[in-house]
Amino acid sequence: MRIDKEVTHYKSRRKREIYLKLIVYIFLIALSGIFAFPLLWMISTSLKPETQVFVFPPQLIPRPVIWKNYIKVIPLMRFSITLLNTLVIVAGSVAGDLFSSSLVAYSFARLRWPGRDLFFVILLSTMMIPYVVTMIPIFVVFNRLGWVNTFKPLIVPSFLGNPFFIFLARQFFRTIPNDLSDAAKIDGCSEFGIYLHIILPLCKPILAVIGIFSFMGAWSDFLGPLIYLNNEDKWTLSLMLYAMRSAQAWQLSWPLLMAGSTIMTLPVIIIFFFTQKTFIQSITLTGIKG
Amino acid sequence: MVSKISKLRRKEVIMGYVFASPWLIGFSIFTVYAFISVIYYSFTDFNAFTHPNYIGLSNYVELFNHDDLFPISLYNTAYYACFSVPLGIITAFLLAELLNQKVRGLAFFRTIFYLPTVVPSVASSVLWLWIFNPNFGLLNIFLSILHLPTPLWVGSPEWAKPALILMSLWGVGGTMIIFLAGLQDVPQELYESAELDGASIMAKFMYITIPMMTPTLLYTLIMGIIGSFQVFTQAFIMTQGGPANSTLFYVLYLYRNAFQYFKMGYASAQALILLVIILILTVIVLSTSSKWVYYGGGA
Repeated sequence: MRIDKEVTHYKSRRKREIYLKLIVYIFLIALSGIFAFPLLWMISTSLKPETQVFVFPPQLIPRPVIWKNYIKVIPLMRFSITLLNTLVIVAGSVAGDLFSSSLVAYSFARLRWPGRDLFFVILLSTMMIPYVVTMIPIFVVFNRLGWVNTFKPLIVPSFLGNPFFIFLARQFFRTIPNDLSDAAKIDGCSEFGIYLHIILPLCKPILAVIGIFSFMGAWSDFLGPLIYLNNEDKWTLSLMLYAMRSAQAWQLSWPLLMAGSTIMTLPVIIIFFFTQKTFIQSITLTGIKG
Repeated sequence: MVSKISKLRRKEVIMGYVFASPWLIGFSIFTVYAFISVIYYSFTDFNAFTHPNYIGLSNYVELFNHDDLFPISLYNTAYYACFSVPLGIITAFLLAELLNQKVRGLAFFRTIFYLPTVVPSVASSVLWLWIFNPNFGLLNIFLSILHLPTPLWVGSPEWAKPALILMSLWGVGGTMIIFLAGLQDVPQELYESAELDGASIMAKFMYITIPMMTPTLLYTLIMGIIGSFQVFTQAFIMTQGGPANSTLFYVLYLYRNAFQYFKMGYASAQALILLVIILILTVIVLSTSSKWVYYGGGA
């Protein structure tokens, strides 16, 4: 009798757990649908003819699929120029961030110098300063240097270190045992040699993370190009897409705007899919600090 | 021997500064010099091209006493922060909690929820402009199917801010990942022993999950406040601050003063006030944290 009761109790609990799991899955599927839908809608709209956009009820899968919008939007965005501009800035930023963050992190992680720990705390706290606070004086400096309307204001700061990347690299550098560099030092290897030949090759994973973050940041940056690049020949994809949205004649052509947005978004999504594991790990790392 | 060690030591110190020099230079220009300048500019009449002209507290007096748009921008930003930060944290927490239920396909769902955060801000702004389209936008199509009212969204002063808040919830993926990591760090034994004591799901959530997550909540709250006070791109692209200044956010108004009207001194004063506001809010949150943040987990 008693055992019977226990068994039914266990059964009902088991049943409840299954129901709960079911509810969790229903929620997850519904929510992921909601989260994914805008992007699917963007791609879908970009493959529809103008007239089909206003059909009710709306169709997620365009029939027929047309590529006309892409053929039209590429010359309109002056794609070859804007893409090249964007890639120049991206390449410069990635190179600068890799160079400066690894060098500075080496100093913070592996060398002892007076003021180091204080400067590290300062470095961390600069991450909290809103960018608008220093935006105006930095613009004034670059303007006096005659750098407005060039890519320099968007690239040079990367070579002078990004606190977040320095922090990421420093945490990683600290995990590498000192024996290796000590041995190299005894063999007469210079500090720069150790950095270049021992630490950097071992730190490829974190350099990859920094490179990806830097790429995404420079590719998507809007405010920087908006402030510094006035001449249309210097515009990036961000600025061009914004200009397309602003031009009155464009107001109505959603398929073209969505084609432009898709062109800008797809490369980032592809990179994200290939690197998401490292990506997500490093986001976790930033949270743990708090 | 001693001199050799001290020579080595001195070399290490020099190399330390040499290796750190990119950041030390960047820090002195982009933080220290910029900070001093922005304070100085805020007391001047300055258009970025001629010499700054000292005018004392005039910019601040003007902002607080004679500028109608300044309090509007402050109100809009506070409104946006008040809703987007807590709603964002709740949404992110809910998603993380769902993902933490030992589900199959975790990586798939996590990717879907995180994906919107990697979409370039210009692209997502244009996309949401289309979704919020009053007549043919995705959102109003759904609402009309459900026979619900279909507002003009970013086209109406009442709905523009809620629309941007709704859009901000699409980008909670980063916060969700941080919460998920936090949830996975909660010791499993706590739940097991609570189960033995017959604790319900709700009780476990209230008395184990929430307290153990408070340090992460504190971190995301502070970062959320700092971020939401700097909201700019969406409003700049989607609404240009309108309609009727309903989305004229703080940084948008600052940007206009600085780069459209070239009132750099005035915008510098705005920038400093923003810094002070954020600082005060952070201090308030931190000072209450001893009452609600639990540091027992040895994080």
